[in-house]
Amino acid sequence: MAVTIAKERWTSKVNELVLGTDPNVVKVGGDSTLPFLFFEGEMPNRPVVALEVLDLEPADWPDILKAPFEGVLADPVAWAKKNVEYGADLVCLRLISAHPDFKNASPEDCAKTAKAVADAVNVPLVVVGCGVEEKDAEIMPVVGEALAGKVALLGCATPNNYKTITAACMVNGHSIIASSPLDINLAKQLNILITEMGLAANRIAIDPLVGALGYGIEYAYSIMERARLGALTGDKMLAMPVICFVGQEAWKAKESKAPNDEAPEWGDQARRAVLWEVMTAVTFAQASGAIMVMRHPESAKQFKAHIDKMMEPVKY
Amino acid sequence: MGLTGLEIFKQLPKTNCKDCGQPTCLAFAMALAGGKASLDQCPHVSDAAREALDSASAPPIALVKIGAGERAVELGNETVLFRHDKRFEHMTGIAVSVCDTMSADEIAAKVDQINKLVFDRVGQVHSVNLVAVGNCSGDAGKFAEAVKVAFGKTELPLVLMSEDPAAIEKALEITAAKKPLVCGANAANVEAMTNLAKKYDVPMVVRGADLNELAALAEKVAGMGFKQIVLDSGSREVNKVLADQTQIRRQALKRFRPFGYPTIAFADNQDPVQAVADAGVYIAKYAAIVVIGSADPADVLPLITLRLNIYTDPQKPIAVESKVYEIGNVTADSPVYVTTNFSLTYFCVAGDVEASRVPGYILPVDTDGISVMTGWAAGKFTPEKITEMLQTSGIADKVKHRKVIIPGGVAVLSGKLQELSGWEVLVGPRESAGIPSFLKQRWL
Repeated sequence: MAVTIAKERWTSKVNELVLGTDPNVVKVGGDSTLPFLFFEGEMPNRPVVALEVLDLEPADWPDILKAPFEGVLADPVAWAKKNVEYGADLVCLRLISAHPDFKNASPEDCAKTAKAVADAVNVPLVVVGCGVEEKDAEIMPVVGEALAGKVALLGCATPNNYKTITAACMVNGHSIIASSPLDINLAKQLNILITEMGLAANRIAIDPLVGALGYGIEYAYSIMERARLGALTGDKMLAMPVICFVGQEAWKAKESKAPNDEAPEWGDQARRAVLWEVMTAVTFAQASGAIMVMRHPESAKQFKAHIDKMMEPVKY
Repeated sequence: MGLTGLEIFKQLPKTNCKDCGQPTCLAFAMALAGGKASLDQCPHVSDAAREALDSASAPPIALVKIGAGERAVELGNETVLFRHDKRFEHMTGIAVSVCDTMSADEIAAKVDQINKLVFDRVGQVHSVNLVAVGNCSGDAGKFAEAVKVAFGKTELPLVLMSEDPAAIEKALEITAAKKPLVCGANAANVEAMTNLAKKYDVPMVVRGADLNELAALAEKVAGMGFKQIVLDSGSREVNKVLADQTQIRRQALKRFRPFGYPTIAFADNQDPVQAVADAGVYIAKYAAIVVIGSADPADVLPLITLRLNIYTDPQKPIAVESKVYEIGNVTADSPVYVTTNFSLTYFCVAGDVEASRVPGYILPVDTDGISVMTGWAAGKFTPEKITEMLQTSGIADKVKHRKVIIPGGVAVLSGKLQELSGWEVLVGPRESAGIPSFLKQRWL
């Protein structure tokens, strides 16, 4: 009995975002279908992994997360190189030293670190600030200038600081991360504000401020599915690839942090923690996540192996 | 999709006899259209009308039951492709497999391990649902023995995985009363297997070599008068399973009858971590049952959690119980946080209190599971309710101080709250992520 394959006729597609410079360019987005449904459309670029680097030695990381980076945790440049060795498609530098509670580092110091990291690796860079909106607005223009020509992805822009970060991206040829808390209308609104300043829509990545598996993953999942459906049916202000900060969320979960003696009924911590990060990324890939910012090299490796398989087209 | 109330009304007797419990036939028709009534409630509907209405009003995906009693599993009745369109109805049943090539002791030990895969989350208990027994040996006698061991060891319903009707019959002789899932029929054994499933009145998996064969087989089985069907497209690689599951769900919603049944997927990737990742895809994308090989809680906990998240009703916020939560090794000097009992809000606060490395008490006020700002706007997160919680929750006996931290978004409540409760009110950060730095500045 011949089954007529059900194919949707989408009218539009996701923007293609290009990061880095030749010959080390990374492209994301460009999809003309739902994730991995090659029987009805194209998915020209695979979801990619950015491994995270902090510019301050992380204080609260569990030992199993620190272990793969032994000896480099206090040196962002060495850490970034290590991430590339581990197979990262991108390096995500997080400038937490700028946080007023930590070193309150100056924009110039941040820019110096960013430049040193960018010069040390050949993969494109994602650079995010310390999460304090005013401070990020101060550091990003200087960081953006130091990285001029590197075609990086800078963030995270919010409705309160997008103007300076957008300007920093426009002047220096970078793209921007637009963050909005789990709300499709707010995401759209911020994209409109940024494009109205003159930054091209294909230089924006949406950050829906995802939660980890078990901690609200379903909200981000549905917002990403809705945004993708919007993109495929012609909503230009939702047609941006999505970046998911998987690592910071997954490693906050009790299920990742609890050592074996605290939670024996949950199984071995090393396996459960890596699976928590992998499963969070795998789930977002199904919902249309394009850039997964992860922490543990083993999680990254497993996620990439999974994507290898998902990218083998099934066409009927 | 389904018929409208008026289309249904045309087929009804229009006598307004009230025997169905509704005041009029039109009201009954509307209830039918809304899925709130069943046609069986009308004793007078004609056979012709019943046939017309049954096929049109039946859910696009049939309901299938496995097992008996408390641990029975219901599958199907799904109505949407995306959870945000309405909700996913019946959580994916998670089955963990054992093999009949294992010794009786090994099987018993693994089933014991499966029985223990029970996890508490947000005050609810979640567990795996089924034990699958594989006829890896190909021997009917060995299969029956393995099934007997598993059957005696667990309350969970079984999945009998053999395509040999003789092996299945032996296993059914032992287990039929508890309604296991026969897995199952294929092109070579379809008549014999379907007759067994009918004889013992148990649900059955139908496996096709591909979607075309699956449709043909499902139609054939339904033609034999058997409808407790679970579909298996035969694919075992994750990319193919995703494509097949998507097709089956789409076709079912388009009322392609041969695919109007729940599905089963097998995460049998040789790489154990990839197998868990594959199972995650199947839970997100439409599988009604997923069979995994691992009984390691480190593998199963992420899957059970993902299932809970994906199958959460997006229209109903989930709430945590409103009581005193202790984060870390609290003392009588630990800070006290007030928030709402929307589970996501509570989890954010709990995570960030934990990240602050300062043990603390969290009091989620019962706001019917809505967030801080919505709760405040709706009059459900008020100084009165917070005061009541401070006074009746027992927190006053647990701490020596009288300081309470409220979310920064509702700073406006602090005056009234201080007056009513007598507690000193500290206005915390607007976002829970600010808790660690708030503590550094205001508490330590």
